[in-house]
Amino acid sequence: MKLIDNIKIARLGLQRNRSRSILTILGIVIGIAAIIVMASMGSGAENLILGEISGLGSETIVVRPGREPKGPTDIAETLFSDSLKDRDAELLSRPSNVPDVIDIMPAVFVPGSASYEGETFKPTIFGGSAEFMSQAFGIKINKGALFNDLDTRQRASVAVIGSKVKKELFGDADAVGESIRIKDRKFRVVGVFADKGQTAFFNVDEVVIIPHTTAQTYILGINYFHEIIIKVSGPDVVARSVQDIENTLRDAHSITDPEKDDFFVVTQQGVVDQVKTIIGALTIFLASVVAIALVVGGVGVMNIMLVSVTERTREIGLRKTVGATTKDVMNQFLWEAILLTSVGGVIGIVLGGVFAFLMGLAVQFFTGLDWKFVFPIGSAILGFAASALVGLVFGLYPAHQASKKSPIEALRYE
Amino acid sequence: MEKPILEAQNISKVYDVDGTKTTALRCASLKIYPGEFVAIMGPSGSGKSTLLHIMGLLDRPTDGKYTFEGKSINEYSDDELAHIRNERLGFVFQMFNLLPRASVLENIKLPLLYSHVPENERMTLAQKAAEAVGLKERIDHTASQLSGGERQRVAIARALVNNPSIIFADEPTGNLDSKSGGQIMDIINKLNEKGHTIVLVTHETYTAHYAQRLIRLYDGKIEDDIKVDKRNVDHEFMK
Repeated sequence: MKLIDNIKIARLGLQRNRSRSILTILGIVIGIAAIIVMASMGSGAENLILGEISGLGSETIVVRPGREPKGPTDIAETLFSDSLKDRDAELLSRPSNVPDVIDIMPAVFVPGSASYEGETFKPTIFGGSAEFMSQAFGIKINKGALFNDLDTRQRASVAVIGSKVKKELFGDADAVGESIRIKDRKFRVVGVFADKGQTAFFNVDEVVIIPHTTAQTYILGINYFHEIIIKVSGPDVVARSVQDIENTLRDAHSITDPEKDDFFVVTQQGVVDQVKTIIGALTIFLASVVAIALVVGGVGVMNIMLVSVTERTREIGLRKTVGATTKDVMNQFLWEAILLTSVGGVIGIVLGGVFAFLMGLAVQFFTGLDWKFVFPIGSAILGFAASALVGLVFGLYPAHQASKKSPIEALRYE
Repeated sequence: MEKPILEAQNISKVYDVDGTKTTALRCASLKIYPGEFVAIMGPSGSGKSTLLHIMGLLDRPTDGKYTFEGKSINEYSDDELAHIRNERLGFVFQMFNLLPRASVLENIKLPLLYSHVPENERMTLAQKAAEAVGLKERIDHTASQLSGGERQRVAIARALVNNPSIIFADEPTGNLDSKSGGQIMDIINKLNEKGHTIVLVTHETYTAHYAQRLIRLYDGKIEDDIKVDKRNVDHEFMK
């Protein structure tokens, strides 16, 4: 018997039991749709995060104190580590130590809120350089100006604020020239950033930047930095600049064994690799959950196929009587199962694609992120193959049961 | 003399259901020749259907020798028997055994699906068979839309479509009223006149009138095997 005949018979068999066929494949449809949604959202998120990371600039290198975090406790250690100080920043800014350095910004993070008259808001407060931030993240100034190196050296109490901070504290009134209060200290607003929104690391609109010297001395009472951000002349010198930075700091901290570094270096490529690793691991985890769902769906298919085989005992007897061989009957039921789950797979792929697209729209609408819908072609092909395979595997037993029936017993079956 | 199509020599059939042995057929011997119209009669449980199943290569005897077209069926595998059934035999059953949601034409075509007949030829053959049983106008109806008599005609067309050498009919009129039954028997009789060998299992006397030969089974044994004149209604065997 030819393949095309097998498929035709199987298709007719399914069409004659349409509603049951649809219910049978529901598990497969949901499983495959879940795969597509996950894969689509995964690559959408990856694209988004990678896009934001590239916004950081491929020529930017971040140095952080402490050991490279491998777990949650290491991150806490990083925040309290005091290994990066003024001297380090000064050493790193010297072209004799790091020849490709263009600019450098030490940074500290200030917890707490900002207030103006009766209004209070909890922004992300940085001690750093407004000029450097504006350059590195491509943030434009809307009103006023950025504070400069002189302000930093003089530990001036000045701030540049994000558009949302301005709106929360001042409403429609002008903010430049007014003073906001951070930890009982007054800061004069010298500039307001233009709207930019969420980036991968922080929301620009919710940021307050003050000189790092002011933050260290008057607010935090520390003499170290949480981060030193270094801009080098181009992406192609990042690798050797990392070497220069590591050598300079090891020399300054008298470290001979790189295992004992009290600082670590983060580059865009490193973050990209990390993000890819995290998303990859997450996708594998979710895929294994979906694989379980597919197996459950497959068992459902097997169950219904077994019922169908029993129900159609007379049909099997008749087919055998008029000349169907064991293999013919086996093939018929196997193809029914494969066709059933493959159709389920296709429906799942389409539904999953539509759902992922709608979810992308929702993300865009509710978060304002620049989300791009990605149709995961690889996952679609994989999902289709997986659904056909489920049919093959879980159809095998019912098909074998069907083919075993003797024509006489099958004809007699009531 | 002509060679028989099939020959049974002392065949027996014992069913073993959960250790309980039931003998359905005891040492039955018979030969059927091309062109014959044989009616097998007997009360229920006398082994009529068992004999028909063995003769129709649907079952194997537990004892004795059965040869089909000169070859012992022990030499064939189950799948080879399926091929012989497909090419050489036709079957009509009391319960019609159609695919209820398939069309008349699809039902008639069914045996051809398992043959080497190419698709375009299948259509022609199936239409010819439908015409032969007077169902040409209804080939697009589904089997479940037809009356009992029409369904049995579909079954006959299906038995006929591969141009078999023997048609086995197991109580073909058992589920029909006498008028439809008569029409079915007329069709079967016509097939016999065209040269098809017919083996008919029946317990209704009127259907046996069409046969040239009557075999009577009782308790798994062949009691009588006699030739009768066609349409000889008054034959003493009938009484």
